Amino acid sequence: MIKTTQWVAICLVLCLSVSTAFSQESAAPSNVTAVDTPNDDGSSITIKWDAAAEDTGISGYQILRRIADGDLEEIGGLLPAETTNYVDSSIQQGTAYTYIVRAVTEAEATVDSEQTAPVKGTGEWFHTGKTPLFVAMLLFSAAIVWNIYNARSGKEIFVRRIPGLEAVDEALGRATEMGRSILYVLGLGGVDNVATIASMTILGQVARRTADYETPLRVPCNEPVVLNVVREVVKTSYLDEGRPDAYNEENIFFLTGDQFAYAAGVDGMMIREKPAAIFLQGTFAAESLLMAETGNSIGAIQIAGTDSEHQLPFFIAACDYTLIGEELYAASAYLSREPMLLGSLKGQDWGKILIFLTIVLGVVLELFGVNWITTLLQRVS
Amino acid sequence: MIEIIGIWVAAFLTLCIYSFLYRDNPFYRFAEHLFVGISVGYGIVIAMHQGIIPLAWVPLSEAMSALWTVITGQATPETINALWGLVKIIPIAIGLLFFARLSPRHTWLIRYPIAILIGFGAGIAIPNELQANIFAQTRGTIAPFAAINAGTLSAWDIFGTILIVIGVICTLIYFFFSMEHRGAISWLSKVGIAFLMVGFGAAFGNTVMGRLALMIHRVGFLIKDWLGTIF
Repeated sequence: MIKTTQWVAICLVLCLSVSTAFSQESAAPSNVTAVDTPNDDGSSITIKWDAAAEDTGISGYQILRRIADGDLEEIGGLLPAETTNYVDSSIQQGTAYTYIVRAVTEAEATVDSEQTAPVKGTGEWFHTGKTPLFVAMLLFSAAIVWNIYNARSGKEIFVRRIPGLEAVDEALGRATEMGRSILYVLGLGGVDNVATIASMTILGQVARRTADYETPLRVPCNEPVVLNVVREVVKTSYLDEGRPDAYNEENIFFLTGDQFAYAAGVDGMMIREKPAAIFLQGTFAAESLLMAETGNSIGAIQIAGTDSEHQLPFFIAACDYTLIGEELYAASAYLSREPMLLGSLKGQDWGKILIFLTIVLGVVLELFGVNWITTLLQRVS
Repeated sequence: MIEIIGIWVAAFLTLCIYSFLYRDNPFYRFAEHLFVGISVGYGIVIAMHQGIIPLAWVPLSEAMSALWTVITGQATPETINALWGLVKIIPIAIGLLFFARLSPRHTWLIRYPIAILIGFGAGIAIPNELQANIFAQTRGTIAPFAAINAGTLSAWDIFGTILIVIGVICTLIYFFFSMEHRGAISWLSKVGIAFLMVGFGAAFGNTVMGRLALMIHRVGFLIKDWLGTIF
C-alpha cells in the first residue's frame, strides 16, 4: 500500500514537472516586435509583445539588446509581469538593433522570445500626434489676425477698465511731483518668457511718459539678454517721444542673475533711493514678497502684475494695484491703444468664448454619456 | 576648524541680512554687495562651463580640426560627421551681434538676435500654453462629469465638480476684456474674482507656512550650529 502511494506521488511530481515545463515553454513572450518610435527625434525604439496568460507563472520581463553580431546586453531593469511594451531610449541614431524579450518565472527560470528583425531609430520632421494642436493654433491665429485686420480698418474695439493700469499715470505723476525716480522690476523671466515680453511692452509705455515728464526711470535687470532688450525698448520710447537727450543708459543695468541676490539688491535700491513709484511686472518667484513688502515700507505707490499664480497673493497683499494673470498681457493694448494689440486682445477673447462654449457643451454631453469632446481634448493635450 | 569658520561666516551673514528688518545699515549693505558680487562671479563661471565651453567652444574646435583633416586629405567618416559642428557658427554669429552695442554705428544690428530670441520664445511658449493651460484644463473641468453620468461619484464629489465648473466659467468671464462688465456679466465676473481671491488666500496661507518653516530652519542653524560652537 505504501509503495503504491509512493508511486502515485512520484507520478504526480513528474506530471507537474512536465506540465510546468510545457507552461514555461508556452510562457515565451509572443509576437515580439521592435519598431522605431513614431513622432520622436530618432532617439528611441519601442519593443512590444503580447500579454502573457495568467497561469504562466511569469514574474517579469527583461529586455535584451544586440548590435549586429555582437553580444546580447541587458537593458533597463526587470519589468513587471503586466508590461507589454518598453521604450529603449539608450540607442544611437543610425545603428541597427535587434531585441529579445526574456520572460522570468517565479522560480527564476527564463524563457527567451525569438529575436526581432533589426531596426534603426530615425527622427521625424512632423509630430503627427500634434496635428489637432496645430489646427487649433491656426484657428486661434486666424481669429487674432482677423481682429487685427478689423482694428486696423478703423473698427472701434472696446477694452474694459483695468484699475491697475489707470493708476499708471497717477504713479508717474506722483513721482514727478516728488522729484523722485521710478523703479521698474521685470522679475526673473528670460527674454523668451511671455510675461517678460508683456512687461517690456508696458515698460515701453511707461518710458514714453517718463520721457515726457523727465522722471528718472531705473530698471535693474536679472538677465543680460533682457538688459539689452530693455535698453532697446526704453531708448525707442524716448526717441519716439522726441527726447533722446533724456535717455540715460546707465539707469538700465544688470544687477545679478541670482534670485535672492537680485531681491537683496533691489531691496537695497528701494531703501536707499526711495523711488516714489515701483512697477513689479513680469515673472516672479519667492522673492516677490521681499520686494513688494520693502516697497510698501518706503511708502512707494506700487503696481504689480504677474502670471505667476503663486506670487499673486503677495502682490495683492503688499501692492496698491495688481494686474492678475492675463491682465498683464492685456495691459500693453490698454495703455497703447494700438490697433494691432487691441485686435490681438479681441482675438484672445474669441478664444475664451470658444473655451466657455466647449466647457458648457462638454459638460452637457458628458452628462448624457457622449464623450467626444473629452476625447478630442485628450488628443490635443 | 574649516567647518567652524564656515558656520561663523554663515551665521554672520545671516545676521547681517536679518538686520535689514530693523533698518538699512552698513552690515546689511556689506552682505548685500557681497551676495550680489559673488552671484555675478559665480554666474559667469557657470555660463563659461555649462554654456560657452560645451556648446560653442568644444563643437567648434572639433569641427575646425575635422575641417583641417579634410583639407589635408586625411578625412575619415567620423571627421566628416564632425564637420556638422560648423553649423554652430550661425548661432554663435547671431549671439555675437549683441556686442554690436559697443559700436554706436552698428547698434541697430542688436535687433536681429533680439527678434530671433523673442520670436523663438513666443513660438515655443504659445503652443505649450495652449496645450498645458487651456486644453488640459478644459478637459480636466469636463471629464469628471463622465463619472457623474456613470454614478460613481459621491454627493460631495458631485458638489465639488459642479463648483469647479462654476468657478472656471465665472473666472473666465472676469478675463473678458473686450466686453463691458455690466448686468449679468458684471455679477458673474464678481463671482469669478471671489473664486480667485479664495484661491489666493489658500495659496497665501500655504506659502506663509512654508516660509515659516524656512525661518525655523535658519533660526535652528543659529541656535544649534552656531551657538553650539560657543557653548
